[in-house]
Amino acid sequence: MTAVTTPAGAPPANSARTVVSWAQRSSWTIGLLGLLAILLVFTKIIQPSYGVAGIQGLGISILPLGFAAVAQAVAVIAGGIDLSIGSMMALTSVIAATLMDGQSAEYGLAVVIGVLILGLLLGAINGSLVVVTRVPDIVVTLAMSFVWAGFALLVRAAPGGAASPWLMNLVTGPFGNPWLPKAAIVLVIVVAVVWIPLARSRMGLSLYAVGSNQLAAFRSGVPIGRTKVVAYALTGLFAAVGGLALTASTSIGTPVPGPYTLESVAAVVLGGVSLAGGRGGVFGPIVAVVVLQIIQNDMTFLSFDPNYALVAQGVILIGVLILGSVLESRRARR
Amino acid sequence: MNASARTSEWLTGAGWRRLFRDRPIVPLMGLLAILVLAIEAADPGIISPEWTGVIVRASIPLAILAGCQTLTMLTGGIDLSVAAIGSMAGFVTATLVHSPGGVAEGIIVALVAAALAGLLTGIGVGVFRVHPLIMTLGMSFVVLGLSNVWQLQMVQTGAGVPEQLRWIGSSTLAQVVPYSLLVFVPLTLLILLGLRRTGYGRLLYAIGDNPVAARLSGTRSWQVLIVLYVISAVMAGIAGLLISGLTNTASVSLVDTSLLPAVAAAVIGGTSILGGRGGFGGTIVGALILTVLTALLTVLGLPEPTRQVVFGSIIVVVAAAYTRVTSES
Repeated sequence: MTAVTTPAGAPPANSARTVVSWAQRSSWTIGLLGLLAILLVFTKIIQPSYGVAGIQGLGISILPLGFAAVAQAVAVIAGGIDLSIGSMMALTSVIAATLMDGQSAEYGLAVVIGVLILGLLLGAINGSLVVVTRVPDIVVTLAMSFVWAGFALLVRAAPGGAASPWLMNLVTGPFGNPWLPKAAIVLVIVVAVVWIPLARSRMGLSLYAVGSNQLAAFRSGVPIGRTKVVAYALTGLFAAVGGLALTASTSIGTPVPGPYTLESVAAVVLGGVSLAGGRGGVFGPIVAVVVLQIIQNDMTFLSFDPNYALVAQGVILIGVLILGSVLESRRARR
Repeated sequence: MNASARTSEWLTGAGWRRLFRDRPIVPLMGLLAILVLAIEAADPGIISPEWTGVIVRASIPLAILAGCQTLTMLTGGIDLSVAAIGSMAGFVTATLVHSPGGVAEGIIVALVAAALAGLLTGIGVGVFRVHPLIMTLGMSFVVLGLSNVWQLQMVQTGAGVPEQLRWIGSSTLAQVVPYSLLVFVPLTLLILLGLRRTGYGRLLYAIGDNPVAARLSGTRSWQVLIVLYVISAVMAGIAGLLISGLTNTASVSLVDTSLLPAVAAAVIGGTSILGGRGGFGGTIVGALILTVLTALLTVLGLPEPTRQVVFGSIIVVVAAAYTRVTSES
């Protein structure tokens, strides 16, 4: 998962040790996966009819927040935070839905590519502002969230437009086996294709270096400014994919930002990415998104008031962090 | 320093820079004056005592919410739970309007609930060292969820914003002086004096400026932080009550739209989000600037989306100006 720190050409003799150290580094994600398995079993117990339909629904409902969480993870790993993700998703979503409305499949593909480039550009603008003005990331991206949301409303004042049929087909329904939702495959493939090569590259190392200690990174010759701009551009790219996922799963574009910004922060933290930067990966947050969604579904099955799901989300978020800090201080005392 | 040296200092800009850094309220007042002149130029005759009253009345809840951000930012934190807590306070008071205890009971219940939320936040931040951003975010989920539950249970009792809240939130003396100043002026004096003259205020700056140094000099920062987040939550509750009275509505998401402007007002007012620098005076001017700016953009006939874009851009520009000035010393 956090493949970046694995030495590329590790000798085979050390493979057992490599696996152990990988497991130690990814312990958080492995723990989350265990929690996920327990939750799935629990869901099956309380709702014996839970099956293909449930898994398919789960796949499609995690898609936008999944991408938002990955976008946030990249920014946080590089030592920043992006509070404009929800607004960038709204902007890219309305642009895609507006341009695709009633157009051919080829035109729709061109729109998708254009929107992805736009996402990179939006993110690069965020990053450049952070670097050039030297204002704290949280303030810059907070302000830019107004700007991008404003542009989204200028594109389209009310929800509307349409998604190309192939884009909707891409994320709905099963992929071969009925237990495999296409949406989950798309999420994992897109993230893997963009993130894994990058994380193994020099730039990936720079991202972690800048995130964990900016001064040390600077003194080791890492170009801080360029790295930050790349990180935010990637965040913008994943936010744009999230916007496309929104359009694909709802078939329209909505100009008002959803709750994705703050929920992505929550997912990133639950996914084992340190808010201080430089630690964690992008797959932990995805698992965290799935866990949060299953908990919400379970509460519906148990016919809890759906509002308690929100309370539960807050309590889990706080509880996990308190647990993490208690464990850390124990370890420090030893 | 002799007179000529002082003159040359002002000519080269070093003096201006120091003025900006040490007394940010002076250039901020200048910016506010420019905005007021611009609105007068855009719509001659708009400036009147009544207009001033409207602006002040709209700024007061924003300034209080920005005050929550200012106090928490001084320690290097932030409070994202003010929107949920403020909405909850207004909402709870409105649902308890027909209860035996009446308005007083509603307000007391609302503020006690707010203080309780703040206490939990403070314990999380102070004792368990959870990042304030996450702790307050999680707390806002909890409060919003519980408000929704409360809403479903109270839906049959009938509710309304109590008369007294509408009076304090929206009425004005002689069409000019808003009665909400009755709440705001004492609160402001308390905060300003508290920050400048009390040991507690000093501790807030100390923790934000250098937490390690503060700890080594014997500060029990967890106690300071718990009290801080209780204060912030109660202030958020008060602001929520005023907004509910001003708009004559009560909903569980009433204050949501004021959260980001509140952070913006604190930042524009010269409080550093990194902690240790800033104050409430600048924040009040920051809230006034944002309110006048919104009014100006409305007068210019800009649609809401354009207003948002301009709003965001101005925050970046002002924050960048601050950073430039304060780092070149």
